[in-house]
Amino acid sequence: MSYHQAVHDVPSVFETCERPKKQKPFDPTIGGLIPAELARLDLEIPDLPERDAVKHFVNLSQMNFGVDNGLYPLGSCTMKYNPKVCDEIVSMRTVSDLHPLQDPATIQGALRLMYELEQMLSEIGGVDSVTLQPAAGAHGEYTGIQIVRAFHEANGEARKEVVLPDTAHGTNPASAAMVGYDVLELPSKEGCVDVEALKAAVSKDTAAFMLTNPNTLGLFEKDVCEIAGIIHDAGALLYYDGANLNAIMGKTSPGKMDFDIVHFNLHKTFATPHGGGGPGAGPVGVKRRLDEFLPVPRIVLKDGKYQLDNNRPKSIGKVRAFFGNYAVLVRAYAYIRLHGGNGLTSISENAVLNSNYLKAQLRDTFEMPYGDLRKHEFVMSGRPLKAKGLKTMDFAKRLLDYGFHAPTVYFPLVVDEAIMIEPTETESKETLDRFAEACKKIVAEDPDLLRTAPHNTARSRLNEAKAARDMIFSWRGYEKKMRAESEKVSPG
Amino acid sequence: MALSECSLEMLQYLKLKSVEELFSDIPSSVRTDGLRLPDGLTELELRRELEAMMSVNRTASQRPTFLGAGVYHHFIPAAVKTIVMRSEFITSYTPYQPEISQGMLQTLFEYQSFMTELTGMDVVNCSMYDASTALGEAVLMSSRISGGKKFLISRAVSPEKKRVAQVYAHGADIQLEEVGYDPATGSVDLNDLKSKLDQDVAGFYYESPNFFGPVEPRAAEIRSLVGSRTMVVGVNPMALALVKPPADYGADIVIGDAQVFGSPLNLGGPMIGLFGCKTEHVRKMPGRLIGMTTDADNRRSYCMTLQTREQNIRRGKATSNICSNEALLAVAAAAYLSIVGKSGLRDIAAQNVQHSYLLAKRIGAIKGFRAPHFKGTHFNEFVVTSDVEPSRIHEELLSGGVHGGFQLGNDFPELRNSALYATTEMHTKADHDLLVSLLEAVE
Repeated sequence: MSYHQAVHDVPSVFETCERPKKQKPFDPTIGGLIPAELARLDLEIPDLPERDAVKHFVNLSQMNFGVDNGLYPLGSCTMKYNPKVCDEIVSMRTVSDLHPLQDPATIQGALRLMYELEQMLSEIGGVDSVTLQPAAGAHGEYTGIQIVRAFHEANGEARKEVVLPDTAHGTNPASAAMVGYDVLELPSKEGCVDVEALKAAVSKDTAAFMLTNPNTLGLFEKDVCEIAGIIHDAGALLYYDGANLNAIMGKTSPGKMDFDIVHFNLHKTFATPHGGGGPGAGPVGVKRRLDEFLPVPRIVLKDGKYQLDNNRPKSIGKVRAFFGNYAVLVRAYAYIRLHGGNGLTSISENAVLNSNYLKAQLRDTFEMPYGDLRKHEFVMSGRPLKAKGLKTMDFAKRLLDYGFHAPTVYFPLVVDEAIMIEPTETESKETLDRFAEACKKIVAEDPDLLRTAPHNTARSRLNEAKAARDMIFSWRGYEKKMRAESEKVSPG
Repeated sequence: MALSECSLEMLQYLKLKSVEELFSDIPSSVRTDGLRLPDGLTELELRRELEAMMSVNRTASQRPTFLGAGVYHHFIPAAVKTIVMRSEFITSYTPYQPEISQGMLQTLFEYQSFMTELTGMDVVNCSMYDASTALGEAVLMSSRISGGKKFLISRAVSPEKKRVAQVYAHGADIQLEEVGYDPATGSVDLNDLKSKLDQDVAGFYYESPNFFGPVEPRAAEIRSLVGSRTMVVGVNPMALALVKPPADYGADIVIGDAQVFGSPLNLGGPMIGLFGCKTEHVRKMPGRLIGMTTDADNRRSYCMTLQTREQNIRRGKATSNICSNEALLAVAAAAYLSIVGKSGLRDIAAQNVQHSYLLAKRIGAIKGFRAPHFKGTHFNEFVVTSDVEPSRIHEELLSGGVHGGFQLGNDFPELRNSALYATTEMHTKADHDLLVSLLEAVE
């Protein structure tokens, strides 16, 4: 074990001003253009030289772990390597230096790229039309469920409920609730949808069923055809959460499985970097009968020109200003072109192979509930650690010491002490072997090493409860708290 | 698929003959056979193809562009890109493991700190998708705070934002109602506001500067009219370097877009939704929050906090479904503000004001033109009204190598002869000269 993260002492940028720039006199009214009653007199932000600012952030970056640093097997997040050419293309002036309200005649290249990306995603998803407007996966779900509502309202129906399995991502119920639906979570049976329970649950009040396939346990929902039949017979729609699409490209598609609506996570399957939390992009694809509900504008090709069609009376409207996260769309387009159809298919093959290989490596060390064959990810239980008084979280923190990011933990909820691992296709056999070796070594280590982990990261175990108690969200908040505490110590 | 040697070893380990066996759990009735997409390209081929494809775009810096309306062309110092493109930042995920993600967490905390200073609000989250979705979320949050199934929204708001707010409101069965503006100043029509503030109103949204450019001069009166309901204010955070922050006039929630701090136009995406509120509302707030704490060795540290509001914990009962946000643009904003600093930011903002006053005056002096259409204090945007139809002006400017302002007639029939012009520090005197000479030549 040789990993050690950089540990810099980086004060807040609000207190680092060792050599502030010389203050110039400043006229807050800008020569009388801003009336005194509107003008701002104070502005408490730092003023440090560029050299110091760059040092500050570069040292901070060294205390951050990204895919470029090593294995990031965060389940359901598809943290694969992001090809650098995609970033470089986005930084081209002809790509980035465009205003969204420009005359369409002046952005034909950008419109063409988006038009073609819609078509490529339609092929991958097995759907008829795609909107690129949603800014993230959850936003795609939101858009999709708005389409569900618009569809039923157009049929004069006020269905009240969205049904989903208990293995669903947390965003699924949250998105459905935001569109005004009641949410019914169905308990799974052996890790998959309980078809009999589903039959009993659906009614004329069911608006949609949301499903991830393969699901968050990494299992392919083998009854998907029967499920589709049940949902459609009830007059409801079938929604596909595309978070796990990396497992099935070229092997099957949501459309082929008879899903009506699907969202794609471009920052997962299509390798656009996740930027510490975003931006992502969550395009939504639909079958033809739902096309008219898609957000506006639609990009259309007419007389050899790409144009914007806003005349769509049944459209749900707009879910985000302008076109969506265009810079992410460009990266995804570049990624798809780089790999081509065959390349994407082998990406899924390798993602599934890596996942099953790693699972087999760890089968004797951890409990592996629910069946043998997994897709791109698998979930194991950290329950065996309990005998030593340890939790999954202790194991996860200890993995950091070996230079691996931890897997997703405590999700899905159906597995006790869950550890959800998604290695992705871009990791080598050697990396997977080293990871498996580290896992086996860790479970045999002195329990105290785990309980007090991590040891080799920029910080040791954080007191997260204190953060929630103190509620310090800004430098100003911190100073305020410091003042209050010093007053407490020395009254008067 | 041609298997690498390692893949073959892994297959052997799994006692499988082919990769196909890994997909044996997919029913044959739903199997597909590959994808009908073009073959892959080499990196060089991809570069060539995309350079050719994108060369037909006309960029905002090639030829002067006077569009704003929520997305602004500002200068980005080279060092911002150096910081944003650090591999450790750009290739990381949401900082679920804080001990190994302190860099991103502290940077996001500093973004929150900068926005807290600029807006004066107690709490700013570490980003929403953009200002339009931030408004949508603010409508929902207002209803959580104040109750009520109606929400008032100023007419002087971008049509894009209004359409998005409409969708969010519809989802929660909240009814949006518009409040008019004073035709002379563009500011909120207080009488109209007063008449619409009934029992069922959860809150009111207006902007300063508003969509037409003027800073709202009667903020205190609006606050007292809105009373105990939620007051949501939209800002351009760069303007806050010069004008009073919304906390000073009692905003409950502040929204805006921080793209102005170090992020390119990118055809309007990604943007970065600014979202702040008073401490008393923090548990009703959407989005991620970074908080300060300590580690086991008592060192200052940062982590995500109050996650019990969020979808990964609360599922259907969360304050919002948001998960991925725009963190990397928050990095850009923190880097930008650190690099330009207080003096640089005030200078840039002052330049924007000076440019817009200068340009408005010059356009207003042209026969048949009126600018600024609305009397008041402007930041970097103003409305131009002309005798000639704006669409004709637009065509003539375009053929003269200039992209004119955003035509208002479609969304505001009362302003059918008007367009919204923005100018920033990016425009030179020569750019203004060219625009003015082309406008003078319009007949």
